[in-house]
Amino acid sequence: NSTLVIAEHTNDKLTPLTLNAITAAHKVGGDVACLVAGTQCSKVAEEVSKVTGVSKVLLADNEAFKGFLPESITPLVLATQQQFNFTHIFAGASAFGKGLLPRVAAKLDVSPISDIIGIKDAETFVRTIYAGNAIQTVKSKDSIKLVTVRGTAFEAAPAEGGSAATENGRGLKNGENFKLLYDLADKLGAAVGASRAAVDAGFVPNDMQIGQTGKIVAPELYIAVGISGAIQHLAGMKDSKVIVAINKDPEAPIFQVADHGLVQDLFKAVPEMTELVPNK
Amino acid sequence: MTGNCNKFNTKMSGLRVLVGCKRVIDYAVKIRVKPDKSGVVTDGVKHSMNPFDEIAIEEAVRMKEKKIASEVIALSCGPTQCQETLRTALAMGADRAIHVKVEGKDYEGLQPLHVSKILSKVAQDEKADIVLVGKQAIDDDSNQTGQMTAALLDWPQATFASKIEKNNGNLTVVREIDGGLETIKVNIPAVLTTDLRLNEPRYATLPNIMKAKKKPLATKTASDLGVDLTPRQEVLSVEDPPVRQAGQKVESVEELVKKLQDAGLVPS
Repeated sequence: NSTLVIAEHTNDKLTPLTLNAITAAHKVGGDVACLVAGTQCSKVAEEVSKVTGVSKVLLADNEAFKGFLPESITPLVLATQQQFNFTHIFAGASAFGKGLLPRVAAKLDVSPISDIIGIKDAETFVRTIYAGNAIQTVKSKDSIKLVTVRGTAFEAAPAEGGSAATENGRGLKNGENFKLLYDLADKLGAAVGASRAAVDAGFVPNDMQIGQTGKIVAPELYIAVGISGAIQHLAGMKDSKVIVAINKDPEAPIFQVADHGLVQDLFKAVPEMTELVPNK
Repeated sequence: MTGNCNKFNTKMSGLRVLVGCKRVIDYAVKIRVKPDKSGVVTDGVKHSMNPFDEIAIEEAVRMKEKKIASEVIALSCGPTQCQETLRTALAMGADRAIHVKVEGKDYEGLQPLHVSKILSKVAQDEKADIVLVGKQAIDDDSNQTGQMTAALLDWPQATFASKIEKNNGNLTVVREIDGGLETIKVNIPAVLTTDLRLNEPRYATLPNIMKAKKKPLATKTASDLGVDLTPRQEVLSVEDPPVRQAGQKVESVEELVKKLQDAGLVPS
Protein backbone atom coordinates (compact mmCIF):
# COMPACT_ATOMS: atom_id res chain seq x y z
CA ASN A 1 0.00 0.00 0.00
CA SER A 2 0.99 3.61 -0.48
CA THR A 3 -1.06 6.65 0.43
CA LEU A 4 -1.00 10.18 -0.88
CA VAL A 5 -2.21 12.77 1.61
CA ILE A 6 -3.24 16.06 0.05
CA ALA A 7 -2.02 18.76 2.42
CA GLU A 8 -4.23 21.68 3.31
CA HIS A 9 -2.45 24.90 4.12
CA THR A 10 -2.40 28.68 3.76
CA ASN A 11 0.92 28.80 1.80
CA ASP A 12 2.58 29.78 5.08
CA LYS A 13 1.27 27.20 7.46
CA LEU A 14 0.00 23.65 7.40
CA THR A 15 -3.63 23.23 8.52
CA PRO A 16 -3.64 20.94 11.61
CA LEU A 17 -6.29 18.69 10.04
CA THR A 18 -3.62 17.45 7.63
CA LEU A 19 -1.79 15.90 10.59
CA ASN A 20 -4.92 13.92 11.51
CA ALA A 21 -5.20 12.77 7.90
CA ILE A 22 -1.56 11.63 8.01
CA THR A 23 -2.30 9.58 11.16
CA ALA A 24 -5.23 7.96 9.35
CA ALA A 25 -3.00 7.24 6.34
CA HIS A 26 -0.56 5.37 8.62
CA LYS A 27 -3.36 3.05 9.67
CA VAL A 28 -3.63 1.85 6.07
CA GLY A 29 -0.02 0.66 6.22
CA GLY A 30 2.71 1.32 3.68
CA ASP A 31 4.37 4.55 2.63
CA VAL A 32 2.77 7.93 3.16
CA ALA A 33 3.51 10.72 0.73
CA CYS A 34 2.21 14.25 1.06
CA LEU A 35 1.32 16.65 -1.75
CA VAL A 36 1.73 20.35 -1.05
CA ALA A 37 0.19 22.43 -3.84
CA GLY A 38 0.12 26.20 -3.58
CA THR A 39 1.80 29.46 -4.39
CA GLN A 40 5.14 30.16 -2.69
CA CYS A 41 4.46 27.40 -0.25
CA SER A 42 7.92 25.86 0.20
CA LYS A 43 7.73 26.67 3.92
CA VAL A 44 4.77 24.31 4.19
CA ALA A 45 6.64 21.57 2.36
CA GLU A 46 9.44 21.96 4.87
CA GLU A 47 6.96 21.74 7.74
CA VAL A 48 5.43 18.58 6.27
CA SER A 49 8.84 17.00 5.76
CA LYS A 50 9.33 17.10 9.54
CA VAL A 51 6.15 15.19 10.28
CA THR A 52 6.89 11.69 11.54
CA GLY A 53 6.19 8.98 9.03
CA VAL A 54 5.92 11.09 5.90
CA SER A 55 8.34 9.41 3.55
CA LYS A 56 7.97 11.75 0.61
CA VAL A 57 6.86 15.35 0.14
CA LEU A 58 5.74 16.44 -3.30
CA LEU A 59 5.80 20.20 -3.77
CA ALA A 60 3.86 21.90 -6.58
CA ASP A 61 4.47 25.63 -6.40
CA ASN A 62 2.65 27.61 -9.05
CA GLU A 63 0.53 30.73 -9.56
CA ALA A 64 -2.12 28.40 -10.97
CA PHE A 65 -2.89 27.11 -7.47
CA LYS A 66 -3.88 30.53 -6.12
CA GLY A 67 -7.14 30.19 -4.25
CA PHE A 68 -6.66 26.39 -3.95
CA LEU A 69 -9.48 25.82 -6.43
CA PRO A 70 -10.43 22.18 -7.05
CA GLU A 71 -10.49 22.92 -10.79
CA SER A 72 -6.75 23.70 -10.73
CA ILE A 73 -5.60 21.13 -8.17
CA THR A 74 -7.51 18.15 -9.63
CA PRO A 75 -5.31 17.85 -12.77
CA LEU A 76 -2.23 17.99 -10.54
CA VAL A 77 -3.48 15.16 -8.32
CA LEU A 78 -4.34 13.11 -11.41
CA ALA A 79 -0.87 13.63 -12.86
CA THR A 80 0.68 12.73 -9.50
CA GLN A 81 -1.43 9.58 -9.31
CA GLN A 82 -0.43 8.58 -12.83
CA GLN A 83 3.22 8.89 -11.92
CA PHE A 84 3.18 7.17 -8.51
CA ASN A 85 0.19 4.81 -8.57
CA PHE A 86 -0.91 5.25 -5.00
CA THR A 87 -3.39 2.74 -3.59
CA HIS A 88 -5.04 5.44 -1.42
CA ILE A 89 -5.55 9.18 -1.68
CA PHE A 90 -6.56 10.95 1.57
CA ALA A 91 -7.56 14.48 2.46
CA GLY A 92 -9.05 16.08 5.54
CA ALA A 93 -12.85 16.37 5.62
CA SER A 94 -12.85 20.18 5.48
CA ALA A 95 -14.40 22.55 2.95
CA PHE A 96 -11.14 22.17 0.98
CA GLY A 97 -10.98 18.37 1.11
CA LYS A 98 -14.70 17.89 0.52
CA GLY A 99 -14.55 20.19 -2.49
CA LEU A 100 -11.51 18.55 -4.04
CA LEU A 101 -11.54 14.83 -3.35
CA PRO A 102 -14.85 13.86 -5.02
CA ARG A 103 -13.79 15.82 -8.10
CA VAL A 104 -10.59 13.77 -8.32
CA ALA A 105 -12.53 10.57 -7.60
CA ALA A 106 -14.97 11.09 -10.47
CA LYS A 107 -12.04 11.64 -12.84
CA LEU A 108 -10.57 8.32 -11.69
CA ASP A 109 -14.00 6.65 -11.83
CA VAL A 110 -13.80 5.84 -8.13
CA SER A 111 -16.57 6.04 -5.54
CA PRO A 112 -15.08 8.09 -2.70
CA ILE A 113 -15.66 7.54 1.01
CA SER A 114 -16.42 10.71 2.96
CA ASP A 115 -15.60 11.76 6.47
CA ILE A 116 -14.29 8.49 7.91
CA ILE A 117 -13.98 7.96 11.66
CA GLY A 118 -12.18 4.62 11.53
CA ILE A 119 -10.13 2.24 9.39
CA LYS A 120 -10.68 -1.52 9.72
CA ASP A 121 -8.25 -2.53 7.01
CA ALA A 122 -6.87 -1.11 3.78
CA GLU A 123 -10.24 -1.31 2.06
CA THR A 124 -12.74 -1.12 4.93
CA PHE A 125 -13.71 2.17 6.51
CA VAL A 126 -16.07 3.33 9.24
CA ARG A 127 -18.15 6.48 8.91
CA THR A 128 -21.27 8.05 10.35
CA ILE A 129 -24.55 8.46 8.48
CA TYR A 130 -27.82 10.20 9.41
CA ALA A 131 -26.09 12.94 11.38
CA GLY A 132 -24.22 10.44 13.50
CA ASN A 133 -27.33 8.43 14.39
CA ALA A 134 -25.91 5.33 12.70
CA ILE A 135 -22.41 4.02 12.08
CA GLN A 136 -21.69 2.43 8.72
CA THR A 137 -18.83 0.07 7.93
CA VAL A 138 -18.17 0.09 4.22
CA LYS A 139 -15.80 -1.89 2.03
CA SER A 140 -14.49 -0.29 -1.13
CA LYS A 141 -14.25 -2.40 -4.27
CA ASP A 142 -12.37 0.26 -6.23
CA SER A 143 -8.70 -0.32 -7.01
CA ILE A 144 -7.82 3.13 -5.63
CA LYS A 145 -9.43 4.34 -2.42
CA LEU A 146 -10.27 8.02 -2.12
CA VAL A 147 -11.12 9.05 1.40
CA THR A 148 -11.73 12.18 3.45
CA VAL A 149 -10.84 11.97 7.13
CA ARG A 150 -12.72 13.42 10.10
CA GLY A 151 -10.06 15.20 12.13
CA THR A 152 -11.54 14.54 15.56
CA ALA A 153 -11.52 10.78 14.99
CA PHE A 154 -7.75 10.46 14.58
CA GLU A 155 -5.08 11.71 16.91
CA ALA A 156 -2.38 14.26 16.20
CA ALA A 157 -2.18 17.96 15.88
CA PRO A 158 -3.03 20.58 18.42
CA ALA A 159 -6.81 20.64 18.67
CA GLU A 160 -8.51 23.73 17.42
CA GLY A 161 -8.89 26.24 20.22
CA GLY A 162 -7.48 24.21 23.10
CA SER A 163 -9.02 21.74 25.45
CA ALA A 164 -12.55 23.01 25.90
CA ALA A 165 -15.28 24.45 23.76
CA THR A 166 -18.08 26.61 24.99
CA GLU A 167 -21.03 26.68 22.75
CA ASN A 168 -24.15 28.70 22.60
CA GLY A 169 -27.37 28.93 20.75
CA ARG A 170 -30.43 31.03 20.40
CA GLY A 171 -30.76 31.14 24.16
CA LEU A 172 -28.38 34.04 23.95
CA LYS A 173 -30.65 36.78 22.81
CA ASN A 174 -28.25 38.77 20.72
CA GLY A 175 -24.71 38.89 19.46
CA GLU A 176 -23.53 41.16 22.24
CA ASN A 177 -24.45 38.61 24.85
CA PHE A 178 -21.82 36.36 23.35
CA LYS A 179 -19.45 38.44 25.45
CA LEU A 180 -20.74 36.48 28.44
CA LEU A 181 -19.41 33.36 26.87
CA TYR A 182 -16.17 34.82 25.68
CA ASP A 183 -15.45 35.89 29.26
CA LEU A 184 -15.96 32.33 30.47
CA ALA A 185 -14.11 30.84 27.50
CA ASP A 186 -11.15 33.13 28.20
CA LYS A 187 -10.92 31.84 31.73
CA LEU A 188 -11.09 28.23 30.62
CA GLY A 189 -8.79 28.69 27.62
CA ALA A 190 -11.67 27.50 25.48
CA ALA A 191 -12.95 28.14 21.99
CA VAL A 192 -16.47 29.32 21.31
CA GLY A 193 -18.74 27.65 18.79
CA ALA A 194 -22.37 28.24 17.89
CA SER A 195 -25.56 26.50 16.89
CA ARG A 196 -27.22 26.91 13.52
CA ALA A 197 -29.87 29.13 15.11
CA ALA A 198 -27.24 31.55 16.38
CA VAL A 199 -25.52 31.66 12.99
CA ASP A 200 -28.80 32.06 11.10
CA ALA A 201 -29.78 34.91 13.38
CA GLY A 202 -26.56 36.64 12.37
CA PHE A 203 -25.11 36.67 15.90
CA VAL A 204 -21.89 35.00 14.83
CA PRO A 205 -20.18 34.08 11.52
CA ASN A 206 -21.01 30.85 9.72
CA ASP A 207 -17.69 29.15 10.39
CA MET A 208 -18.57 28.98 14.09
CA GLN A 209 -21.41 26.57 13.39
CA ILE A 210 -21.05 23.14 14.96
CA GLY A 211 -23.21 20.26 13.73
CA GLN A 212 -24.07 17.85 10.93
CA THR A 213 -23.30 20.41 8.26
CA GLY A 214 -20.82 22.52 10.15
CA LYS A 215 -17.76 21.75 12.23
CA ILE A 216 -17.29 18.55 14.19
CA VAL A 217 -15.53 19.06 17.51
CA ALA A 218 -14.52 16.69 20.30
CA PRO A 219 -12.84 18.61 23.09
CA GLU A 220 -12.12 17.39 26.63
CA LEU A 221 -14.87 19.63 27.96
CA TYR A 222 -17.85 20.95 26.05
CA ILE A 223 -20.23 23.40 27.67
CA ALA A 224 -23.51 23.76 25.81
CA VAL A 225 -25.05 27.04 26.86
CA GLY A 226 -28.63 27.75 25.86
CA ILE A 227 -28.47 24.89 23.36
CA SER A 228 -31.60 22.78 22.97
CA GLY A 229 -29.76 19.89 21.30
CA ALA A 230 -31.34 19.09 17.93
CA ILE A 231 -29.97 15.85 16.42
CA GLN A 232 -28.29 17.79 13.62
CA HIS A 233 -26.50 19.72 16.29
CA LEU A 234 -25.54 16.78 18.53
CA ALA A 235 -23.80 15.29 15.48
CA GLY A 236 -21.15 17.97 15.81
CA MET A 237 -20.25 17.58 19.46
CA LYS A 238 -21.38 14.35 21.05
CA ASP A 239 -17.91 12.79 20.94
CA SER A 240 -16.67 15.38 23.41
CA LYS A 241 -15.20 13.77 26.54
CA VAL A 242 -17.32 15.64 29.07
CA ILE A 243 -20.49 17.53 28.17
CA VAL A 244 -22.02 20.17 30.40
CA ALA A 245 -25.43 21.62 29.56
CA ILE A 246 -26.83 24.84 30.93
CA ASN A 247 -30.40 25.46 29.87
CA LYS A 248 -33.45 26.83 31.62
CA ASP A 249 -35.70 24.28 29.90
CA PRO A 250 -35.45 21.01 31.87
CA GLU A 251 -36.91 19.12 28.88
CA ALA A 252 -34.18 20.25 26.44
CA PRO A 253 -32.82 17.16 24.61
CA ILE A 254 -29.26 18.29 25.32
CA PHE A 255 -29.71 16.98 28.89
CA GLN A 256 -29.99 13.46 27.46
CA VAL A 257 -26.33 13.49 26.46
CA ALA A 258 -24.91 15.81 29.10
CA ASP A 259 -22.72 14.46 31.88
CA HIS A 260 -23.57 17.44 34.06
CA GLY A 261 -26.81 19.29 33.51
CA LEU A 262 -27.73 22.55 35.16
CA VAL A 263 -31.30 23.78 34.79
CA GLN A 264 -30.85 27.49 35.12
CA ASP A 265 -31.05 30.71 33.17
CA LEU A 266 -27.76 31.10 31.35
CA PHE A 267 -27.69 34.84 32.01
CA LYS A 268 -27.43 34.05 35.69
CA ALA A 269 -25.35 30.86 35.51
CA VAL A 270 -22.63 31.87 33.07
CA PRO A 271 -21.43 35.03 34.87
CA GLU A 272 -21.57 33.12 38.14
CA MET A 273 -19.43 30.38 36.68
CA THR A 274 -16.95 32.89 35.27
CA GLU A 275 -16.75 34.39 38.73
CA LEU A 276 -16.15 31.04 40.44
CA VAL A 277 -13.45 29.73 38.14
CA PRO A 278 -10.09 31.13 39.23
CA ASN A 279 -7.69 32.52 36.66
CA LYS A 280 -5.25 30.01 35.27
CA MET B 1 -12.01 30.08 -18.94
CA THR B 2 -13.04 32.10 -22.00
CA GLY B 3 -14.34 31.46 -25.47
CA ASN B 4 -17.94 30.74 -24.70
CA CYS B 5 -18.96 34.33 -24.02
CA ASN B 6 -20.57 34.95 -27.38
CA LYS B 7 -22.42 31.73 -27.33
CA PHE B 8 -23.90 32.55 -23.94
CA ASN B 9 -24.61 36.18 -24.67
CA THR B 10 -27.05 35.08 -27.30
CA LYS B 11 -29.02 33.01 -24.82
CA MET B 12 -28.51 35.16 -21.78
CA SER B 13 -32.21 35.60 -21.17
CA GLY B 14 -32.68 32.00 -20.29
CA LEU B 15 -30.50 29.55 -18.49
CA ARG B 16 -31.72 26.02 -18.20
CA VAL B 17 -31.27 24.75 -14.65
CA LEU B 18 -31.21 21.07 -13.75
CA VAL B 19 -31.84 20.38 -10.06
CA GLY B 20 -31.15 17.09 -8.26
CA CYS B 21 -33.82 16.15 -5.68
CA LYS B 22 -33.07 13.20 -3.44
CA ARG B 23 -35.82 11.43 -1.53
CA VAL B 24 -34.63 10.79 2.02
CA ILE B 25 -36.04 9.91 5.43
CA ASP B 26 -37.60 13.10 6.79
CA TYR B 27 -35.15 15.12 8.87
CA ALA B 28 -37.40 14.99 11.95
CA VAL B 29 -37.71 11.18 12.04
CA LYS B 30 -35.72 9.33 14.66
CA ILE B 31 -33.52 6.88 12.82
CA ARG B 32 -33.76 3.19 13.77
CA VAL B 33 -31.09 0.68 12.84
CA LYS B 34 -32.33 -2.71 11.63
CA PRO B 35 -31.63 -5.59 14.06
CA ASP B 36 -29.69 -7.48 11.37
CA LYS B 37 -27.42 -4.42 10.95
CA SER B 38 -28.08 -4.31 7.20
CA GLY B 39 -29.27 -0.71 7.21
CA VAL B 40 -31.85 1.57 8.77
CA VAL B 41 -35.60 1.02 8.91
CA THR B 42 -37.27 2.75 5.94
CA ASP B 43 -40.61 0.91 5.69
CA GLY B 44 -43.51 2.99 6.94
CA VAL B 45 -41.18 5.89 7.69
CA LYS B 46 -41.96 9.41 6.50
CA HIS B 47 -39.79 10.51 3.60
CA SER B 48 -39.27 14.00 2.20
CA MET B 49 -37.05 15.87 -0.20
CA ASN B 50 -33.50 16.27 1.11
CA PRO B 51 -33.61 19.71 2.79
CA PHE B 52 -30.53 20.93 0.90
CA ASP B 53 -32.18 19.95 -2.39
CA GLU B 54 -35.26 21.92 -1.39
CA ILE B 55 -32.96 24.91 -1.10
CA ALA B 56 -31.64 24.08 -4.58
CA ILE B 57 -35.15 23.97 -6.06
CA GLU B 58 -36.01 27.23 -4.33
CA GLU B 59 -32.92 28.92 -5.73
CA ALA B 60 -33.63 27.67 -9.25
CA VAL B 61 -37.24 28.89 -9.05
CA ARG B 62 -36.02 32.29 -7.83
CA MET B 63 -33.63 32.42 -10.80
CA LYS B 64 -36.62 31.87 -13.01
CA GLU B 65 -38.62 34.56 -11.23
CA LYS B 66 -35.69 36.94 -11.78
CA LYS B 67 -35.67 35.92 -15.46
CA ILE B 68 -32.16 34.54 -15.12
CA ALA B 69 -33.42 31.04 -15.80
CA SER B 70 -35.86 30.06 -18.50
CA GLU B 71 -36.56 26.53 -17.37
CA VAL B 72 -36.16 24.50 -14.18
CA ILE B 73 -35.94 20.73 -14.52
CA ALA B 74 -36.10 18.56 -11.39
CA LEU B 75 -34.50 15.12 -11.39
CA SER B 76 -34.69 12.29 -8.89
CA CYS B 77 -33.15 8.80 -8.96
CA GLY B 78 -34.79 5.95 -7.09
CA PRO B 79 -38.01 3.98 -6.69
CA THR B 80 -41.49 5.05 -7.81
CA GLN B 81 -42.02 7.08 -4.61
CA CYS B 82 -39.43 9.56 -5.92
CA GLN B 83 -42.25 10.86 -8.10
CA GLU B 84 -43.81 12.30 -4.92
CA THR B 85 -40.56 14.17 -4.29
CA LEU B 86 -40.62 15.43 -7.85
CA ARG B 87 -44.25 16.57 -7.51
CA THR B 88 -43.13 18.64 -4.52
CA ALA B 89 -40.41 20.19 -6.69
CA LEU B 90 -43.00 20.92 -9.39
CA ALA B 91 -45.37 22.44 -6.82
CA MET B 92 -42.54 24.70 -5.65
CA GLY B 93 -42.18 25.96 -9.22
CA ALA B 94 -40.06 23.57 -11.29
CA ASP B 95 -41.34 23.35 -14.88
CA ARG B 96 -40.91 19.65 -15.50
CA ALA B 97 -39.41 16.58 -13.91
CA ILE B 98 -37.38 13.53 -14.83
CA HIS B 99 -37.63 10.39 -12.76
CA VAL B 100 -34.76 7.98 -13.26
CA LYS B 101 -36.18 4.76 -11.95
CA VAL B 102 -33.76 2.73 -9.85
CA GLU B 103 -35.16 -0.12 -7.77
CA GLY B 104 -34.32 -3.15 -5.65
CA LYS B 105 -30.66 -4.13 -5.40
CA ASP B 106 -29.64 -1.32 -7.73
CA TYR B 107 -31.24 1.23 -5.42
CA GLU B 108 -29.60 -0.32 -2.35
CA GLY B 109 -26.22 0.04 -3.99
CA LEU B 110 -26.84 3.45 -5.55
CA GLN B 111 -23.99 5.80 -4.71
CA PRO B 112 -23.24 9.45 -5.42
CA LEU B 113 -20.91 8.39 -8.27
CA HIS B 114 -23.82 6.72 -10.07
CA VAL B 115 -26.12 9.68 -9.46
CA SER B 116 -23.42 12.03 -10.76
CA LYS B 117 -23.18 10.00 -13.95
CA ILE B 118 -26.94 10.19 -14.37
CA LEU B 119 -27.02 13.93 -13.65
CA SER B 120 -24.16 14.70 -16.03
CA LYS B 121 -25.71 12.66 -18.85
CA VAL B 122 -29.09 14.35 -18.40
CA ALA B 123 -27.39 17.77 -18.16
CA GLN B 124 -25.87 17.11 -21.59
CA ASP B 125 -29.04 15.70 -23.10
CA GLU B 126 -31.13 18.60 -21.82
CA LYS B 127 -28.46 21.20 -22.66
CA ALA B 128 -28.50 22.48 -19.08
CA ASP B 129 -26.44 25.56 -18.24
CA ILE B 130 -26.47 25.05 -14.50
CA VAL B 131 -26.73 21.92 -12.38
CA LEU B 132 -27.87 22.75 -8.86
CA VAL B 133 -27.85 20.18 -6.04
CA GLY B 134 -27.77 20.21 -2.24
CA LYS B 135 -24.28 20.14 -0.76
CA GLN B 136 -25.08 16.87 0.96
CA ALA B 137 -27.95 14.50 1.57
CA ILE B 138 -28.96 14.13 5.19
CA ASP B 139 -29.07 10.34 4.95
CA ASP B 140 -25.59 9.31 3.78
CA ASP B 141 -23.97 12.69 4.56
CA SER B 142 -21.59 12.10 1.64
CA ASN B 143 -21.22 15.60 0.20
CA GLN B 144 -19.97 14.33 -3.19
CA THR B 145 -22.58 14.51 -5.94
CA GLY B 146 -22.11 18.12 -7.06
CA GLN B 147 -18.34 17.90 -7.17
CA MET B 148 -18.41 14.63 -9.11
CA THR B 149 -21.01 15.89 -11.56
CA ALA B 150 -18.80 18.93 -12.22
CA ALA B 151 -15.81 16.66 -12.81
CA LEU B 152 -17.70 14.42 -15.24
CA LEU B 153 -18.95 17.43 -17.20
CA ASP B 154 -15.61 19.22 -16.91
CA TRP B 155 -17.48 22.25 -15.62
CA PRO B 156 -16.38 24.53 -12.81
CA GLN B 157 -17.94 23.93 -9.40
CA ALA B 158 -19.14 26.30 -6.70
CA THR B 159 -19.90 24.25 -3.62
CA PHE B 160 -21.52 25.30 -0.31
CA ALA B 161 -23.14 28.39 -1.84
CA SER B 162 -24.78 30.90 0.48
CA LYS B 163 -25.34 33.53 -2.22
CA ILE B 164 -25.56 33.28 -6.01
CA GLU B 165 -25.67 36.28 -8.34
CA LYS B 166 -25.47 36.46 -12.11
CA ASN B 167 -23.33 39.09 -13.81
CA ASN B 168 -23.06 39.04 -17.60
CA GLY B 169 -21.84 35.60 -18.58
CA ASN B 170 -20.81 34.36 -15.17
CA LEU B 171 -21.92 33.84 -11.61
CA THR B 172 -20.61 35.35 -8.41
CA VAL B 173 -20.97 32.81 -5.64
CA VAL B 174 -20.38 33.33 -1.93
CA ARG B 175 -19.28 30.05 -0.34
CA GLU B 176 -19.39 28.94 3.28
CA ILE B 177 -15.93 27.58 4.03
CA ASP B 178 -13.84 26.88 7.12
CA GLY B 179 -12.72 30.26 8.34
CA GLY B 180 -15.62 32.29 6.96
CA LEU B 181 -16.98 33.16 3.55
CA GLU B 182 -15.26 32.99 0.17
CA THR B 183 -16.46 34.80 -2.94
CA ILE B 184 -15.65 33.24 -6.30
CA LYS B 185 -16.48 33.96 -9.91
CA VAL B 186 -17.69 30.97 -11.88
CA ASN B 187 -18.14 30.71 -15.62
CA ILE B 188 -21.31 29.18 -17.00
CA PRO B 189 -21.99 26.28 -17.47
CA ALA B 190 -21.35 25.34 -13.87
CA VAL B 191 -22.36 23.01 -11.07
CA LEU B 192 -23.49 24.65 -7.83
CA THR B 193 -24.21 23.08 -4.46
CA THR B 194 -26.36 24.78 -1.85
CA ASP B 195 -25.60 25.51 1.78
CA LEU B 196 -28.12 26.16 4.54
CA ARG B 197 -28.26 29.91 4.34
CA LEU B 198 -28.73 30.32 0.59
CA ASN B 199 -32.47 30.82 0.97
CA GLU B 200 -35.56 29.79 2.90
CA PRO B 201 -37.56 27.35 0.73
CA ARG B 202 -41.20 28.22 0.17
CA TYR B 203 -44.08 25.95 1.06
CA ALA B 204 -46.02 24.57 -1.85
CA THR B 205 -49.52 26.08 -1.84
CA LEU B 206 -52.57 23.94 -2.51
CA PRO B 207 -53.29 25.54 -5.93
CA ASN B 208 -49.65 24.94 -6.90
CA ILE B 209 -49.82 21.34 -5.69
CA MET B 210 -52.87 20.89 -7.93
CA LYS B 211 -51.11 22.54 -10.87
CA ALA B 212 -48.03 20.36 -10.31
CA LYS B 213 -50.08 17.25 -11.02
CA LYS B 214 -50.42 18.40 -14.61
CA LYS B 215 -46.79 19.30 -15.20
CA PRO B 216 -44.76 16.89 -17.34
CA LEU B 217 -42.91 14.09 -15.57
CA ALA B 218 -40.79 11.82 -17.75
CA THR B 219 -39.53 8.43 -16.61
CA LYS B 220 -36.22 6.95 -17.68
CA THR B 221 -33.92 4.18 -16.54
CA ALA B 222 -30.19 4.24 -15.89
CA SER B 223 -29.65 1.97 -18.88
CA ASP B 224 -31.57 4.44 -21.10
CA LEU B 225 -28.85 6.89 -20.10
CA GLY B 226 -26.03 4.38 -20.50
CA VAL B 227 -25.09 4.47 -16.81
CA ASP B 228 -23.78 1.30 -15.19
CA LEU B 229 -25.06 0.92 -11.61
CA THR B 230 -22.63 -1.76 -10.42
CA PRO B 231 -21.95 -0.92 -6.75
CA ARG B 232 -18.40 0.13 -5.95
CA GLN B 233 -18.85 -0.34 -2.25
CA GLU B 234 -20.32 -2.96 -0.03
CA VAL B 235 -21.96 -1.93 3.22
CA LEU B 236 -20.78 -4.51 5.76
CA SER B 237 -22.83 -3.22 8.67
CA VAL B 238 -24.94 -0.37 9.96
CA GLU B 239 -24.99 -0.08 13.73
CA ASP B 240 -26.21 2.17 16.49
CA PRO B 241 -23.65 4.68 17.67
CA PRO B 242 -22.29 4.19 21.17
CA VAL B 243 -24.95 5.45 23.52
CA ARG B 244 -24.02 8.38 25.62
CA GLN B 245 -25.57 8.02 29.04
CA ALA B 246 -27.13 11.10 30.44
CA GLY B 247 -25.33 12.04 33.61
CA GLN B 248 -26.54 13.84 36.66
CA LYS B 249 -28.30 17.11 37.08
CA VAL B 250 -26.50 19.51 39.35
CA GLU B 251 -28.33 21.95 41.56
CA SER B 252 -26.09 24.97 41.40
CA VAL B 253 -23.20 26.62 39.62
CA GLU B 254 -21.03 25.97 42.68
CA GLU B 255 -21.70 22.26 42.47
CA LEU B 256 -21.00 22.26 38.72
CA VAL B 257 -17.70 24.10 39.06
CA LYS B 258 -16.66 21.84 41.95
CA LYS B 259 -17.35 18.72 39.88
CA LEU B 260 -15.38 20.07 36.91
CA GLN B 261 -12.52 21.07 39.21
CA ASP B 262 -12.45 17.62 40.81
CA ALA B 263 -12.17 16.12 37.35
CA GLY B 264 -9.35 18.52 36.53
CA LEU B 265 -11.31 20.06 33.70
CA VAL B 266 -11.27 23.65 34.94
CA PRO B 267 -8.67 25.48 37.03
CA SER B 268 -9.10 25.24 40.78
